[in-house]
Amino acid sequence: MDIRELVERIKKISKKEINIMEFCGTHTHEIFRYGIRQLLPENIHLLSGPGCPVCVTSEEDIDYIIELAQNYDLSIITFGDLVNVPGNNGSLNYLRAKGKEVIVVYSPLESINIAKQNPNKKYLLIGIGFETTAPNLAFTLIKAKEENIKNLYFLSLHKLTPPAMKAILDMGEIKIDGIIGPGHVSTIIGRKGWEGLFNEYKIPFVIMGFKPEEILYGIYHLVKIIEEEKPALINAYEKSVKEEGNKSALEYMYKVFKKGSASWRGLGIIEDSGLILNETFEEFDIRKIYPQKTKSIKLKNNYCRCGEVLRGVIKPTDCPLFGKSCTPESPKGPCMVSSEGTCSAYYLYGGE
Amino acid sequence: MEDIILLSHGNGGEATRKLIEEEILKYLGNEILEELLDSALIDIKGKIAFTTDSFVVSPIFFKGGDIGKLSIYGTINDLSVMGAKPLYVSVGFILEEGLSLKEFRKILESMRSAVEECGVKVVTGDTKVVEKGKGDKIYINTTGIGIIEDGISWHGRRIEEGDIIIINGEVGEHGLSIMLERLGIKTEEIESDLAPLHNLTLPLLKISNGIKFMRDPTRGGVASVLNEIAQKYNVEIEIDEDKIPVKPWVKNASEILGIDPLYSANEGKIVIVADKKEEKKIMEFLRNHPLGQKAQIIGEIKGKGKRVYLKTKMGTKRILDPLKKDLLPRIC
Ligand code: SF4
Repeated sequence: MDIRELVERIKKISKKEINIMEFCGTHTHEIFRYGIRQLLPENIHLLSGPGCPVCVTSEEDIDYIIELAQNYDLSIITFGDLVNVPGNNGSLNYLRAKGKEVIVVYSPLESINIAKQNPNKKYLLIGIGFETTAPNLAFTLIKAKEENIKNLYFLSLHKLTPPAMKAILDMGEIKIDGIIGPGHVSTIIGRKGWEGLFNEYKIPFVIMGFKPEEILYGIYHLVKIIEEEKPALINAYEKSVKEEGNKSALEYMYKVFKKGSASWRGLGIIEDSGLILNETFEEFDIRKIYPQKTKSIKLKNNYCRCGEVLRGVIKPTDCPLFGKSCTPESPKGPCMVSSEGTCSAYYLYGGE
Repeated sequence: MEDIILLSHGNGGEATRKLIEEEILKYLGNEILEELLDSALIDIKGKIAFTTDSFVVSPIFFKGGDIGKLSIYGTINDLSVMGAKPLYVSVGFILEEGLSLKEFRKILESMRSAVEECGVKVVTGDTKVVEKGKGDKIYINTTGIGIIEDGISWHGRRIEEGDIIIINGEVGEHGLSIMLERLGIKTEEIESDLAPLHNLTLPLLKISNGIKFMRDPTRGGVASVLNEIAQKYNVEIEIDEDKIPVKPWVKNASEILGIDPLYSANEGKIVIVADKKEEKKIMEFLRNHPLGQKAQIIGEIKGKGKRVYLKTKMGTKRILDPLKKDLLPRIC
């Protein structure tokens, strides 16, 4: 079906005033980039969810990283946008400008070479992301262990998506009629990965791809099951998502990690929603070496409403800082920092 | 033992003299430079264009060029888009202790051939050496002077509603090729678009007086140049996603890295604003030029305003914002 036909079909069947939430930040961005909202009838409201790994990183975890970098002789190795997220004592980018070593890599495997080439230095690799990136980090740790690397430590900020979705549904702050399931995450966990959630809540759930026609195709199915009141868990991205997911990736992941509690911005601490290193990889675990002090400090940046944005409770434009003191050039919160963040999508593509 | 750059090469003494005379002059020498005066003495009559730029690219060698060639073409292009015929350049090197002489020679050779191709002379220069770790192998600053023939400058012509926006070829290649190079990804087709533009801009300005603006979309890409135009001239711009030429490898890489080709740097491209009446003449010229075969009209000036809009392939419209932060790949 081409785009026009899909849009016509959606218009034809859509009657109810409905809210659908896209979990994934990449969906948020693609929906904006292609102006998909403009194509949909006005009674379909798209809400953005918590599917941006940098955005859901909690304030405490950011402060912990900054503290580790400042107080111990550790060079930080990490990815992309994390370096720009402001904590109470500046961002990693700021630390770098002040002379701390902060290395941004594209692939975690680079950290092994860096550690090998500089045996006198100590490195901290920060793993961040959902089920999509965790297998890669797991692979890196397996290699590091095989090669007996002693000057590389690891901090896992990895999180699992179904528990976050569940938390939002449990909070019940907003009416959600259907969920746009994340395409990339589902390639790893499979359609099956969502079954627990679906069976518990019986909420219409459609896994979809990222091309505009794939998104519209998915939305069509979602609207259909909502209108017909026949909730289902549908895989509308069959070309990439298998029923069982990617077994070998999952195997790697659970060779290295086990489920543990994780702290989410906006959602708080959720049991079994994160990945922590299991006993075999303890020697790499920075949390064991310099444990995180639990402290509840008053945040200087408490005007940022990212937490509510992540839960779909407010739109970025409802945040008083949006577009004023908070812009991608000088972000006040992670939702504006990350290229997957909802605030940045609204800002860059002119969200209403 | 490999010959490398040492701190003594920058101390102003015998080693410096040797580096200049036996290496740099050997490649870039000419009657003016060889005099080694404190300033070059040159005669120019008429209106001159004058520009400077510094080059810090890493890796210093990449598919389609290297930092040396880039430092010459980059400055040539800044002159070319203003309608100036490039004449003289200065070259300042900042070398990091430990740079291999072999690599330095390779860069000098590439600069020599670039200078020759563009018909310019390096007339003055400087070389400094910094301690290991205080630089990244080599940085180059170049300054260029060009002369503008009477009547060919576009400067001062008024941009109006209905004017067309042209690009001379596919966008985003330089930036993405460097990024892929850093990732160690190499294929046949991945290559920077690095090229000198004077042979295109100068004849174009001669055949058409309908050119109203030209700029090479380097850092920040085409999107940033369009936003600069919108803000500087108070116009609204609309471009058509379907019309923007993009090579397949650029498209693939941009999807994987999460970087829009419209924000990725180019080194052989020009964004042109022109009078619609001249459309046929300009497009015919461009498409017959080796650097303009894939030229496209990508959009138009819509009237007063200050925003750039993009019409997507699906017929929807959105803002095309100027680049607001570093291009970093997505992690999800
Ligand atoms: S606009 Fe900025 S301050 Fe407001 S919620 Fe978004 S990131 Fe936080």
